[in-house]
Amino acid sequence: MAKYLIKRIFYLLLTLFIVITVTFFMMKLLPGTPLQNQQKLSPSQQHLILKQYGLTKPVWQQYLIYVSGVFHFNFGTSFQFSDQPVSYLISSRIGPSLQLGVQAMILGVIPGIVVGALGAIRKNTWVDATTTIVSILGISIPSFVLAVLLQYYIGLKLGWLPIADWGGFSYTILPTIALAASPFADTARFIRTEMVDVLNSDYIELARAKGLSKWGVIYHHALRNSLIPVVTIVGPLAVNIMTGSMVIENIFSVPGIGDQFVKSILTNDYPTIMAVTIVYSVMLMVVLLITDILYGIIDPRIRITGESN
Amino acid sequence: MESNESILQVNHLKINFNTYAGTVKAIRDVSFDLKKGETLAIVGESGSGKTVTTRSIMGLLANNAVVAGGDIQFHGKDVLKMSQRELEQLRGAEIAQIFQDPMTSLDPTMRIGRQIAEPLMVHKGVKKDKAMAQALEMMKLVGITDAENRINDYPHQFSGGMRQRIVIAIALINYPEILIADEPTTALDVTIQAQILDLMRELQNKISTSIIFITHDLGVVAGMADRVAVMYAGKIVEYGTVDEIFYNPKHPYTWGLLSSMPTLETNGDELPSIPGTPPDLLDPPKGDAFAPRNSYALKIDTQREPPFFKVSDTHYAATWLLHPDAPKVTPPEQIIARQAKFAKMQQQLTEEERHHKVEEEEEQQ
Repeated sequence: MAKYLIKRIFYLLLTLFIVITVTFFMMKLLPGTPLQNQQKLSPSQQHLILKQYGLTKPVWQQYLIYVSGVFHFNFGTSFQFSDQPVSYLISSRIGPSLQLGVQAMILGVIPGIVVGALGAIRKNTWVDATTTIVSILGISIPSFVLAVLLQYYIGLKLGWLPIADWGGFSYTILPTIALAASPFADTARFIRTEMVDVLNSDYIELARAKGLSKWGVIYHHALRNSLIPVVTIVGPLAVNIMTGSMVIENIFSVPGIGDQFVKSILTNDYPTIMAVTIVYSVMLMVVLLITDILYGIIDPRIRITGESN
Repeated sequence: MESNESILQVNHLKINFNTYAGTVKAIRDVSFDLKKGETLAIVGESGSGKTVTTRSIMGLLANNAVVAGGDIQFHGKDVLKMSQRELEQLRGAEIAQIFQDPMTSLDPTMRIGRQIAEPLMVHKGVKKDKAMAQALEMMKLVGITDAENRINDYPHQFSGGMRQRIVIAIALINYPEILIADEPTTALDVTIQAQILDLMRELQNKISTSIIFITHDLGVVAGMADRVAVMYAGKIVEYGTVDEIFYNPKHPYTWGLLSSMPTLETNGDELPSIPGTPPDLLDPPKGDAFAPRNSYALKIDTQREPPFFKVSDTHYAATWLLHPDAPKVTPPEQIIARQAKFAKMQQQLTEEERHHKVEEEEEQQ
């Protein structure tokens, strides 16, 4: 296991390096400079500032300087908020994003499993039809539309929850729901399909022949086997939530890194763009690593340390 | 082992399946009984209704199945009228089943010890530790080597033959009165088949269970069964003791089945087969369902279904050929050879008996 983890972390770092490289050069292809809107400054003043930040050097030199900085955990200072180190900017904003992400993941996946399983167990009944409709809605309504609807009806009309801003759990509820809708729908659909298959398999027949009750069969045999393929979609779901968060954080004025990311791209805030990219990549790769480990826990056939045959 | 006490009676069972195409009459009046300690083989082609019959005994029919008539008596109760709960108490405790494909019939995510122990925990409320200890005993009994170390392994760590042993262990852990074996060796290599069959025979003696053995392989039947019922198109067409069916078959369908089974005496280039395919049970033909494929068919076969004619106290066949007015037909060569062998065996048997008696008498004197 330890050997496997070390190997995976090595690959994780390698992937990160490639991500940094690609993002860096793509970012440099963006038009404009961080000083785009500073018409009051004369061209020579602008040049002086750019030179001060090292932005007049050839791109490959800037790249080398940046990479060596990253190796020393120096991510530079933000152009947007002068003199604020990017690392501080991120660490002060990652809390809300992580909280929303984790909440959305839990709210999406667990009810998704329950609803999908119910649909499969009560296949071709009204329960199944309802769960199918709900999950199709969840997939087809974009999260930002849902966000606005939630703000309008629950926030404004009913006044039950705050519309936007950040300050306590009640503020997280609406953005969490908006973010969780699509992972919920994906999970429900996936589990339903999978469980219908599993319920038709021979080992379920054998479990019934053993005299287990209907729910005993589902709980002891069908559920776990249906969960195996769901683990594979946890990675893509995490991506879904991360990209969704950029829009959702903006709509709900959540001071998270998704919101920060959008702003930094708009202002050509190079160090922040790079840092947020790194954070997102690391989060995604960690999720994938956890997924792979989970896989082995749920499915003994692909356990990493085979208990030898 | 065998006795005349029957523990299961299937009476005039009729089962239909509602499908989009219409009602499929899968079981059309099937009756048989199972005696204590015996092995009854049900033989027939795919789709003849063997599996549906056993499913109805287990109460495991698909949702679109309709019981159109008949009853299944077990310990004075009709299995077909039992509630879900009563059926659950029956399954895996008094009636257990072995399935065809050991590669798919074990839960891939559960340790095999637990899978074997599960019926004990469900039915007898045995605590996990005790149940696992009994599971270990059962693993040894079914011949899983190194059972102590393998009890916590998962199914994928076993070969097909070993997995079938595990399936057998699951079925037998509660010492069921009836074991239904639905083509238990079909998916296995021939060498492994023999091992599994030996094991089943051995265990039957040890725990005295009755076996309903479903197969399409007559070769397997010969060594396993006490009695044989031949099924065709949702009906039993002939039943009798294994010797009667093998050496004195009366129904043309049984003739066809036996002739299409290669034996050491088979010569010639071609293995005979039964022409045509089984009838569509959406609309079963009038008269004898086998008539269109039967080269011995009489005119009456297309008009009226043949009743069972008695051949001996244990041997019955549903064919008009046994009617006193029926013309005498000559069965296929192979069957004649078999009958000759049977007559010889009978003769030997009676001679032996006589011999035996004489010896006994001499001893008494």
